[in-house]
Amino acid sequence: MSTYSLSDGLASGAPRLSRTPLLANWARESGVGVLASIAWIAFGLSCLWWEDVGDWSRTHSLGIAAFVIAAIALFGTVGADYLGSAGRALRKRAPWLVALGAFLTLWEVATAKFAWLPLPFFPPPQSIIEVYTDDLPKLLDSVFASVKLQLGGYLIGVTVGFLTGVSIGWSRAVGYWVHPVLRFIGPLPATAWLPIAFFTFPSSWSASTFLIALATGFPVTVLTWSGVASVSNAYYDVARTLGAKPSFLVLKVAIPAALPHVFVGLFMGLGSSFAVLVVAEMIGVKAGLGWYLQWAQGWAAYANMYAALIVMSLLCSGAITLLFAIRDRLLVWQKGTVKW
Amino acid sequence: MVTAALAEAVTHPAAGAALDIEQVSHAFDIDGTELPVLSDVSISVEPGEFVALLGPSGCGKSTLLRLVAGLDKPRAGRLREDESRIRSPHPSRVVVFQDPTLFPWRSVWDNVALGLEAQGILKSQRHRVDDALDLVGLASFRNAYPHQLSGGMAQRVALARALVNDPKILILDEPLGKLDSLTRITMQAELVSLWQRKGFTTLLVTHDAEEALVLANRVIVFSDRPARVKADIRVDRPYPRHRGDPYLADLRRQILGLLGLDATW
Repeated sequence: MSTYSLSDGLASGAPRLSRTPLLANWARESGVGVLASIAWIAFGLSCLWWEDVGDWSRTHSLGIAAFVIAAIALFGTVGADYLGSAGRALRKRAPWLVALGAFLTLWEVATAKFAWLPLPFFPPPQSIIEVYTDDLPKLLDSVFASVKLQLGGYLIGVTVGFLTGVSIGWSRAVGYWVHPVLRFIGPLPATAWLPIAFFTFPSSWSASTFLIALATGFPVTVLTWSGVASVSNAYYDVARTLGAKPSFLVLKVAIPAALPHVFVGLFMGLGSSFAVLVVAEMIGVKAGLGWYLQWAQGWAAYANMYAALIVMSLLCSGAITLLFAIRDRLLVWQKGTVKW
Repeated sequence: MVTAALAEAVTHPAAGAALDIEQVSHAFDIDGTELPVLSDVSISVEPGEFVALLGPSGCGKSTLLRLVAGLDKPRAGRLREDESRIRSPHPSRVVVFQDPTLFPWRSVWDNVALGLEAQGILKSQRHRVDDALDLVGLASFRNAYPHQLSGGMAQRVALARALVNDPKILILDEPLGKLDSLTRITMQAELVSLWQRKGFTTLLVTHDAEEALVLANRVIVFSDRPARVKADIRVDRPYPRHRGDPYLADLRRQILGLLGLDATW
């Protein structure tokens, strides 16, 4: 009975579906794309319509670029069916394109055109573009210096932290001696060492490397240790009855079992090492994005500051993406890991 | 089935090892007070025997298995496998625990390969892993991860992980305890046929009298903690056995009586 009435309901509903105007269907599919296009056209117009209140050289190019993006958004989403996965990806992100276009329009109008926001502190989009085109060599040098410093310190911190963590988790004797030191020194923010580090180390670069390694090492140590310590005894029993020697128990049982914890430590270490990196570059090292920020502030070059901030955020986010990709590869056996 | 098993037994005459448990006592320290768990236990197991250890829960059966496996050392008494003292774990005595305890980061194949890898002979003996997986019927799951397996499948993998080492004594610590009743009955039959084919000595801890009687040719009943041997019962019935067999039903009644459960039966 109920099946019959259900199919009946469907049958009477079907014509209504097919009578849905094609236009509405099309609007649902591509409407957001059209909106995105309109938002970016508005941004382009906002660049070109009024005169700039200041002297910026990239206003015209930015306006043209906005029109190009508007065109891509329009044709990309309307023709998404012919563009395969790129089209699908674009359609999925179309709402973000709308928001971004609207935000840029507002920003453009509020800064470059009517100066509703006080000017040197809130530069318009075109002045940030100007930084990327005109100050590129210096910015790239800074990126390179930051990445080098961060990578060196982080890798040292990870290696030392991981080995220490495994040793404490595995050996009671090592734990006896290292644990109190860890408790005493570890919770101290690495930046507190700054004054000491900069006069005890031969160079500001080695001092910063040490500080970044310290900031990374503590969470990596603690989480590796807790990971190794929390491995169920049942795993060791199984391995021992199958003839495993102690080295096998460490390398093939303890470490793989602790790996999910280790990755939490690597993630936390990455976060705290970014903080130390920027502070170290602002105070001691004469290179890197932190230094660039400081330098830009000294010259009241606020556009340069925003430009450097954007690059920095992309780098940090990229590093975390990379870490998560490595984790997903190594921990495929886990179910339900967080998507970054 | 029986004749086939006999033929197998003739071709592998010495596949199992003898096990001697001589006046073994053991105790745990819990907050400074001594808790005796085994008291003067002596059992002599013939090569190739299937012995079930039956007793109330928490009586110390599992402790005895850990001693046989060499995972712990007894406070008093001696354990011997074929005349040699048991002092540490050895792959000739492999344990299958109540939980499959598969390593979640290893695929099924890698889990089964664990013993050979730990002994450093995996490279030359890879076929043994495939054979063991075939034996438990999970060859097609070789690349699966443990979290993708059902409880029964996981326990089969654990069994394959033990059998790949060609143990002389297979130690089973309630390996079917957590399975649903259907899977349990199937796996009981599989255990018997594996034991008949391979001829290893089997020690099975269980708290299920029926399971003990369907599987073992000897049932040893333990007392409450500290565990003492209360009865040593021979089960002379051919395999495969039937749960409804009146002889087994009678033995079951006797055993439940020994465990103090006659009023409920």
